[in-house]
Amino acid sequence: MAVYKKTYRPYDGALTASWRRFLVIPRYAFEDLHRSRFLTIFYIGSFIYPLICALIIWVQHNASALGLIGAQGANRLISINVTFFLNLIGWQSMLALFLASFVGPGQVSPDLANNALSLYLARPFSRVEYVLGKMSVLVILLSLMTWVPGLLLFGLQGYLDGWQWVHDNARLAWAMFFGAWIWILVLSLLALALSAWVKWKPAAGALMFGVFFVGAAFGAIVNGVQRTNWGYVFNISYVIGSVWVDLFEGVNKTTNGAVFFRAPQGEELPMWCSWAALAGLCGICLYMLARKIRGMEVVR
Amino acid sequence: MEPVIELDGLEVRFGNRAILKQLRASLTGRAIGLLGPNGAGKSTLLNTLLGFHKPSAGTARIFGRDVRTHARDVRGLIGYMPENDSFISSMTGVRFVRLMAELAGLPPEHALERAHEAFFYVGLGEVRYRALGTYSLGMKQAAKLAQAIAHGPKLLFLDEPTNGLDPPARTRMIQLIQEIRDRGDLHLILSSHLLRDVEECCDQVLILKDGNVAAFCNLEEERRANRRFLEIETRGGVNGSFLEAIEKLGCETAAGVQGRVKLIMPDGLEVRQLYEIAAEQNVQIRRLNHKRDSLEDIFLKAMETGQQPAAAPPPAKAQAGDVEVPNGRL
Repeated sequence: MAVYKKTYRPYDGALTASWRRFLVIPRYAFEDLHRSRFLTIFYIGSFIYPLICALIIWVQHNASALGLIGAQGANRLISINVTFFLNLIGWQSMLALFLASFVGPGQVSPDLANNALSLYLARPFSRVEYVLGKMSVLVILLSLMTWVPGLLLFGLQGYLDGWQWVHDNARLAWAMFFGAWIWILVLSLLALALSAWVKWKPAAGALMFGVFFVGAAFGAIVNGVQRTNWGYVFNISYVIGSVWVDLFEGVNKTTNGAVFFRAPQGEELPMWCSWAALAGLCGICLYMLARKIRGMEVVR
Repeated sequence: MEPVIELDGLEVRFGNRAILKQLRASLTGRAIGLLGPNGAGKSTLLNTLLGFHKPSAGTARIFGRDVRTHARDVRGLIGYMPENDSFISSMTGVRFVRLMAELAGLPPEHALERAHEAFFYVGLGEVRYRALGTYSLGMKQAAKLAQAIAHGPKLLFLDEPTNGLDPPARTRMIQLIQEIRDRGDLHLILSSHLLRDVEECCDQVLILKDGNVAAFCNLEEERRANRRFLEIETRGGVNGSFLEAIEKLGCETAAGVQGRVKLIMPDGLEVRQLYEIAAEQNVQIRRLNHKRDSLEDIFLKAMETGQQPAAAPPPAKAQAGDVEVPNGRL
């Protein structure tokens, strides 16, 4: 039917499967994000470090390339080990924090600013699907920045070094995947929760950093005043760093965490504290979302 | 006729405050008006039917589906035009309506086509690529209607659709609602505190007061029933023989001042016969009106008297078009 026919008619065509309707949200969000030149450049720029890492892995296995630049034997200086992959995850996770601060606040706040949420939820579309849809925007973007390049580099190293290396270092792949997912989950929930409560996007973005820096400062004050290490539970970068070290190395720790996410040796908290702090943060974010993501706000 | 909406002891509380109190009704009309003063519970009732508020007691059914247990199915049947501004200001109109249609389950290509159609239908075809934030109030109302109908719902909830509209825009909105109603493909619920809007669009009216059903009125039947009640105005006063002649036909009459006569015609008597008698009696009928209770009369009576008790017994099998109001007025 042509659009110029100005009449109302019922719809009797096919409907999409209800389980994949939440994917409509990321599709529209990516169209919007694609329009931002800054975000596009930033996102492309975030792959520079993994490309450099890929180059390092390739050079390390290519003696003739080192010979060309007159650096024979330099491959002995480069080691592809836990520190290499921890630093990759650390660097990419810091960029992920920046990206989540730019992208996250624009997810929920525009729907709340003019009450569009009631229209979403007046359809066969639940609050959980709404949150999943909004989260999937960040999950997809942040995954492509963190564990996807990590696993690709792991695969490249395994391809060049042989099956034995893959077998010996399988824990690294698992730790990168699982560790990055934890970080993505924390960032996504935090970004959405702040976006739901702070409708002004720049303020929500700034608050995202604020949670990290203010939490770390508060934790340092607690540590200083109380002469304890328990203040670290408020320091999100410490908490996630210690979880990563645990995932990457288990009990035999040789590093003090990833770049930007250091967990100083000798000042460790019990691991369950770090896990509980992350779970608590996620729980608070979910509660904040549950309070705000409603078809109709009730004023009692 | 299958009830569109059944309210079965529906009660909604916010904290300790009961907003809807044991509502019982079975509504079957094509266009149902929800009337009531501000704060009567009209919007809360719509929001409860949409699943936004959980009933604290009782339930409601839409086309036989329980809103508590089949909320998703129910929402799949509904198009909702809320009272307040509801849009994403940075989105173009057509993109927003397309998004909403896709969330309702339409495939992307159908959603796009119907979003364009809906925008042309509500008269916003020329501005459909403008950001919604730049629309005037009237345009925003029309855009809300577009998103409510784009996915072809079976039941349309219109919450104060003429709010803030100037007279031409209001007329246009009412025309659109009447057109949608007359297509016969869907039922609509029009919530308003404006009697005129409801009277022009609806065939059944549920009047709420303080969270109770204050009255129910089948306007269509009211119009039909009152067609036998006439008021005529004659020139130069009425003579007694004219009144006697029409009383002989079975009419009940009451003579008023300045040649006015109120009469109730018996079944089978046609208006034409009145004119014939008037011609025989040399009486000029200058005006003839079908007199009926206006919705305003019904509403005012309901506000004065109608009140459903909070603890009402469970409803008997509802008849089409009936509302059970124990000890109340229908």
